Amino acid sequence: MSNAFVAVVQRDLRLAGRRRIEALLPLGFFVVASGLFPIGVSPEPQTLQTIAPGVVWVCALLAAMLSVTQMFTSDHQDGSLEQMLLAPQPLILLALGKVAAHWITSGLPLVVAAPLIGVMFDMNADAIGMMVLTLLMGTPILSLLGAVGGALTLGLRSGAALVFLLVLPLTIPALIFGTGAVGAINGGQSAQAHLSLLGALLIVTLLGAPLATAAALRISMD
Amino acid sequence: MPSASTSSALPAAAGGLLSARSLACRRGRRLLFKGLDLNLAAGSITWLRGTNGSGKTSLLRMLAGLSAPADGQITLNGPVLYIGHANALKDDLTLGESVAFWAQLAGLDEPRARASRALAALGLANREQAAVRTLSQGQRRRGCLARLALDEAPRTWILDEPFDALDAHSVQVLSGLIEAHAQRGGAVLLTSHQAVVLAGVRELDLEPWRAA
Repeated sequence: MSNAFVAVVQRDLRLAGRRRIEALLPLGFFVVASGLFPIGVSPEPQTLQTIAPGVVWVCALLAAMLSVTQMFTSDHQDGSLEQMLLAPQPLILLALGKVAAHWITSGLPLVVAAPLIGVMFDMNADAIGMMVLTLLMGTPILSLLGAVGGALTLGLRSGAALVFLLVLPLTIPALIFGTGAVGAINGGQSAQAHLSLLGALLIVTLLGAPLATAAALRISMD
Repeated sequence: MPSASTSSALPAAAGGLLSARSLACRRGRRLLFKGLDLNLAAGSITWLRGTNGSGKTSLLRMLAGLSAPADGQITLNGPVLYIGHANALKDDLTLGESVAFWAQLAGLDEPRARASRALAALGLANREQAAVRTLSQGQRRRGCLARLALDEAPRTWILDEPFDALDAHSVQVLSGLIEAHAQRGGAVLLTSHQAVVLAGVRELDLEPWRAA
């Protein structure tokens, strides 16, 4: 593992640890927004089980988007980013380090909290397990795509809004396969196809997004 | 005190740590300068001068590799250490953690020990454990400049207004670092709105290359 990658991850985790409220915001949004649906739609168990995969995934997606807009902003404002661009280490590794730290602080808590939301929606154990698995595979995709959007809109006015417009359409496949896998389990079918596609999507994003992020950062800083 | 020799042109020559030929810089639709040649030889200290908006920072960023020239060619013979206007310090980290991070990113061994020594060299040993947000502007600048003391490699230093916010003693310390670096065979290019008093410093005035 590259020293630079580890250094960036460690630094960002340390920063998140010292900005706890900011770091917990996506998790708070996820729990609160998901919790509103049983109240606003219907408390009927049957209805809740039906809408649960979609609600959980959409809330996870929006929660992830809340924080990706800030992934590079602070480094850009304080001059850290231009120093990263000049570091002797490959920028791709540094971008990957930023994404990894973002996922650990924003995506992983959503995965951990997902069973709680599942219980709230009266999901059975198999469906909850599948939802956790799809979020485990899907939230890194959200962080990776968010990094591209964050890098592209760096320094722009209304950059946060642009990130939503740029990234949300790209996350639709992950949303479809993620909710589809849970829906398949609910319907007594195999979720293998959905999981395979979600896995393929993760691999493709993992290979392409850091490259795109690094290129976007160079363009944004020029 | 040594005085600066003034020249409006530094000839581009082979063998420097950094050389540039026929550089042009454009910001938006505005051409800032064109046809600029320069060579930063080992052991040289160059004070880049120019009026506000003449393109000093843009030139430094181009030479560091942060932006592309509108025209011309830049040749680097070795690594560059660039320090810009921003201090690249995190408010929520301690000064020691911040400097150690840059040492780690530069691929240096024992980053924490190096950071401690560097901060001591800048007179900040007693502030190493302080959160950056608690430091004064001058202390932050010195913390940023501590990166210059992380190692002794004779690379090219590109410093944008390094003397900003420094008190008289800190200016002396930084001047000592710059002169020692040049003596080790490094090259230094810096901008400053204050008078620069450094041994062997040459001036490079951007005015002759300013586009109309």
